Amino acid sequence: MEKSGNAFVDEISSIPGGEGIRLCIQCGTCTASCPNADRMEHTPSQLIAMARAGMRKEVLASKAMWYCLSCYLCTVRCPRGIKQTELMHALEYLSIKEGVSPGETLTPTMYRLFNHYACSLGSLPELWFMTRFYLQTNPLRAWRIVPVALNMLRRGRLSLRRRRLTTEGTGQLRAILHKAESLGGV
Amino acid sequence: MKYYTYFPGCSCSTEGGAKAYSWSVQAVSKVLDSELVELDDWNCCGSTPSSSVDELAAFCISARDLALAEKRGFDLVTPCSACYVIFNRTNHYLKQYPRLKTKVDEALGAGGLEYHGTVRVRHVLDVLVNDIGYDAIAAKAKKNLNGLKVAPYYGCQVVRPKPSFDDPEYPQSLDKLIVSLGGEAVPFPLKSRCCGGSLIFTEEAVALDLVRRLLDSAQKNGAECLATVCPLCQTNLDAYQGEVNKMFQTNFHLPVLFFTQLIGIALGLDEKDLGLKTCVVPADKVLAKYR
Repeated sequence: MEKSGNAFVDEISSIPGGEGIRLCIQCGTCTASCPNADRMEHTPSQLIAMARAGMRKEVLASKAMWYCLSCYLCTVRCPRGIKQTELMHALEYLSIKEGVSPGETLTPTMYRLFNHYACSLGSLPELWFMTRFYLQTNPLRAWRIVPVALNMLRRGRLSLRRRRLTTEGTGQLRAILHKAESLGGV
Repeated sequence: MKYYTYFPGCSCSTEGGAKAYSWSVQAVSKVLDSELVELDDWNCCGSTPSSSVDELAAFCISARDLALAEKRGFDLVTPCSACYVIFNRTNHYLKQYPRLKTKVDEALGAGGLEYHGTVRVRHVLDVLVNDIGYDAIAAKAKKNLNGLKVAPYYGCQVVRPKPSFDDPEYPQSLDKLIVSLGGEAVPFPLKSRCCGGSLIFTEEAVALDLVRRLLDSAQKNGAECLATVCPLCQTNLDAYQGEVNKMFQTNFHLPVLFFTQLIGIALGLDEKDLGLKTCVVPADKVLAKYR
């Protein structure tokens, strides 16, 4: 990989999908396309400009990327072919790796919990996931989704049963993940 | 008979909130001479949240499913747009980034698996309209949808990011399918805009506002219901419709059907087999006119 003389840009570029950061011409198409740009403290194109200015701490502490919906509209519109959505994911990944926990948004917590179930159980038990997420973050918020959960229960759409892999499948998944852990990330 | 490997994903599994989507997919494919056999012992697709938390683990989880599917040798078909986007991403990345592939191969090896990158990952919508075809589906229809006004809702990940089987911003396949069954696909400018995804848990107000825009556009264009191709979109639009009404003092009452449920109705299938009762906003009234 070619070094840019900017350690943060190199760090982002080393993540698959992050290398496009070097190509940005600051046209703002991503920002104009983003359904959540108005909710972000820094727009997608600003995040790129900040990263290229070496503002590592500010970028990773920002909660802007956590508003990314992964709708990929920016990605299909970028005139430079940057995988903008993947770039946002790369920033999320670095932010989590760094242990930066942005205040005010619960998305990193939710993502971590989701990943916990995906890795340990091999699937996402929706009822358990929702319950645990609300208990872990703010049980008081849970009352808001009680009507939603009740409606889903009534329609047979929330199951107490958790899907499990076979014993062999579980062992195989564990062995794969254990090995992956020893390989030090992407 | 056409053969496929079926990947329901967590939402559309027997334990998932969108299991009715799988029911209707299976019921419809039977009539259409296709066999979708569920992948044995599959795990989560790798998921967008996981790739932000532990990217390598996410690729490895995803590759395990692909390796298992490769052994069967058929196209891997999923009804979930989120699984669809992740598997295609894994396939694409393993080809584009050799260093990543080396690591994923090593991890898979620890589980006694290998993956050669040959599995074609498809969405159910793609299979139905392109392998089976509009005419073949319409030929098997027992009921005409009789001008039922449907807003065709694609959401994001079935058409983006890769150039897929339809246009990334203004897709047409679902529109054509509805029309071929005798329904009316109402103009729906937001047809490929986001439903809020998993931010419904963490940024409720933000996600509900996105849902509101979709419902509003569908209603203003005269839709009597929406047809969706993704379990997450369906859940956000259907199960959270009441919350949208509370938050924005609106009065939406739009049933949100899986597109395969709509096909099933046209094929004259038993409504129980299609799981219509799992819709939070009841579809009975709208569909009564067309029975």
